[in-house]
Amino acid sequence: MNDAVLEKLRVLAESAKYDVSCASSGTVRSNKGAGVGNTVGGMGICHSFAEDGRCISLLKIMLTNYCMYDCAYCINRRSNDIRRATFSVSELVELTMEFYRRNYIEGLFLSSGVVRNPDYTMERLVRVAKELRTTHRFNGYIHLKSIPGSSRELVNEAGLYADRMSVNIEIPNETSLQTLAPDKNFKSVFEPMKYIQQGALESAEERKKYRKAPRFVPAGQSTQMIVGATAETDKDILRFSSDMYQRPTMRRVYYSGFVPVNSYDTRLPMLKQPPLVRENRLYQADWLLRFYQFKVDEIVDDAYPDLDLEVDPKLAWALRHPEQFPVDVNRAEYEMLLRIPGVGVLSAKKIITARSYGKLGSYQLKKIGVVMKKAQYFITCHELSMHNTIQEMTPQGVRTLLLPHSKKKVDENQLILPFVF
Amino acid sequence: MLIFTYDKSFDGLLSAVFEAYSRKQFPDMLLEEGASLPLFYHEIISIVSDSEKSDRVWKGLKKKLDETALKQLMACWLSELPEVDMLLFRYIRKTIDNQRSIELNFGDPDVLEVVKISRKVIHERLRLLQFIRFQKTGDDTYFAPMEPQFNVLPLAIDHFRDRFADQKWLIYDLKRKYGYYYDLHEVTEVTFPDLENHHITGKLNEALLAEDEKVFQKLWKTYFKAIAIKERINPRLHKHNMPVRYWKHLTEKQ
Repeated sequence: MNDAVLEKLRVLAESAKYDVSCASSGTVRSNKGAGVGNTVGGMGICHSFAEDGRCISLLKIMLTNYCMYDCAYCINRRSNDIRRATFSVSELVELTMEFYRRNYIEGLFLSSGVVRNPDYTMERLVRVAKELRTTHRFNGYIHLKSIPGSSRELVNEAGLYADRMSVNIEIPNETSLQTLAPDKNFKSVFEPMKYIQQGALESAEERKKYRKAPRFVPAGQSTQMIVGATAETDKDILRFSSDMYQRPTMRRVYYSGFVPVNSYDTRLPMLKQPPLVRENRLYQADWLLRFYQFKVDEIVDDAYPDLDLEVDPKLAWALRHPEQFPVDVNRAEYEMLLRIPGVGVLSAKKIITARSYGKLGSYQLKKIGVVMKKAQYFITCHELSMHNTIQEMTPQGVRTLLLPHSKKKVDENQLILPFVF
Repeated sequence: MLIFTYDKSFDGLLSAVFEAYSRKQFPDMLLEEGASLPLFYHEIISIVSDSEKSDRVWKGLKKKLDETALKQLMACWLSELPEVDMLLFRYIRKTIDNQRSIELNFGDPDVLEVVKISRKVIHERLRLLQFIRFQKTGDDTYFAPMEPQFNVLPLAIDHFRDRFADQKWLIYDLKRKYGYYYDLHEVTEVTFPDLENHHITGKLNEALLAEDEKVFQKLWKTYFKAIAIKERINPRLHKHNMPVRYWKHLTEKQ
């Protein structure tokens, strides 16, 4: 470990940082006293948080940032003049182990630029995982990127060592994808996804017969889409995610607000800053799909192809459907409680259990964790008066009340000169 | 006002519950032995911790409460908050007096308070798992100092024993002046009266560190800087996720 390694680490971390996924969740593996590490399951553990507020759970790194592809949105594209570096397998293995032993990380998230051909690259990724698992008896989390276009045999081998694998779809529309990434197509992305899925399903079958049969990618797979680099609407993106979640083993779809890393490329839009609010709304919609029993068509449809940037998608849905409200929290079904703005999964569950002891009033709801600022317009409870619900206030009225107030007061007597050059 | 004094142990608290029921007298206040007394009171009963009595109360609770609720009680106790013993006393009393288990009655302020405090404590335990940083010393022991808000070290030991089973480690609570040492076979509780002398900055004396420790700390700091996306810098979120009070012992924040 010397200065050369330090420089490589810097270069390759900077190349890897645009990958969003950092989850270390979804699988439990105890150590059983031989070797080092365990995986806790549940929510995973974030060991640190970078200055941009994103969690650092895994050592997110590339094996190399040399790449033969030329994808417009990627910082590591062939035509970019950036510093390039390559880790040797043993360097990366040692780094992972030493970081892990100091409780810096939960495991490794390994990705790579494509060198020579997809299989050559994939094989090297697999070697890192294999060495960690077999030589060092490492039980921490391993997330491997499956290189688009790699062969089934290699994906199958990788699946035996990795907890999670991922193939990034990046653009949810094949034509747009091919414009921006001429070396990729949907097939090169969906094939490895399919291999992972098949491997996992076969292993699940095996394990029904033999309890000790090896696990295959126990934490499933994930994928990622870039938001704001192409013309796709939120409807296209969310329909795509919804389809993805229908597939077995697909656990997470990540959304990455487009950071214009190659501003010279005219195929890409000019953005002053990444579309962070839109990204946030997409995640909220994603949560509605996964935990709140919403259908994608309820969140976005042809009339509303894009998410409302001012209010969250659940509130937006409620404002479009005033006929569903107010909801009586002391009677409503769980499914309906979930749809009340200001009530989350936890508070909905708590309401269900607590109301069997007695009727709930607004005081208890507040204590339970319901955000009454929002919820008050959509519920009736034990004692809440009935004249400020969405029925009396109209959706437009409620919306105005719930919009974030702008902090600056504009003096209307003051003349405003637009700055024009 | 009736006052119970006890030794501020969990056993003592449970013994107090037992005493209260056997005397049919319930305290308005629980105080540590030797603590200064309020101006007005009419009786003080001194409780002696008795593991037989406390076991009986615990067994009784086990019959009425499920695993989660019992864990919450323990976690609440470890919060060491000033009023927590009286809160637990009321909670236990309600459990005993009610036919039906009260643990899910979130309409009850005491139940909700217990849930809330225990959630804070469990959260602090998680913070421990997240933010502990080991430094490797010359004799291959991995040392991690920390100062958690609540006394959560006992709740975290199982995790570290399983995870770092093949390395010697020492996790030390500088605030409460005790820690746990793992010698590859078992975990023992340890105290070092003079530890603070070479522990002013939260860093071990460099002479005690392993040769390559500094290198890996530097590597980690480099990585930490490199992984942030400049276009998305968000100090508020950063501090929200990783509160400043933990920075003192975080390698990457020094």
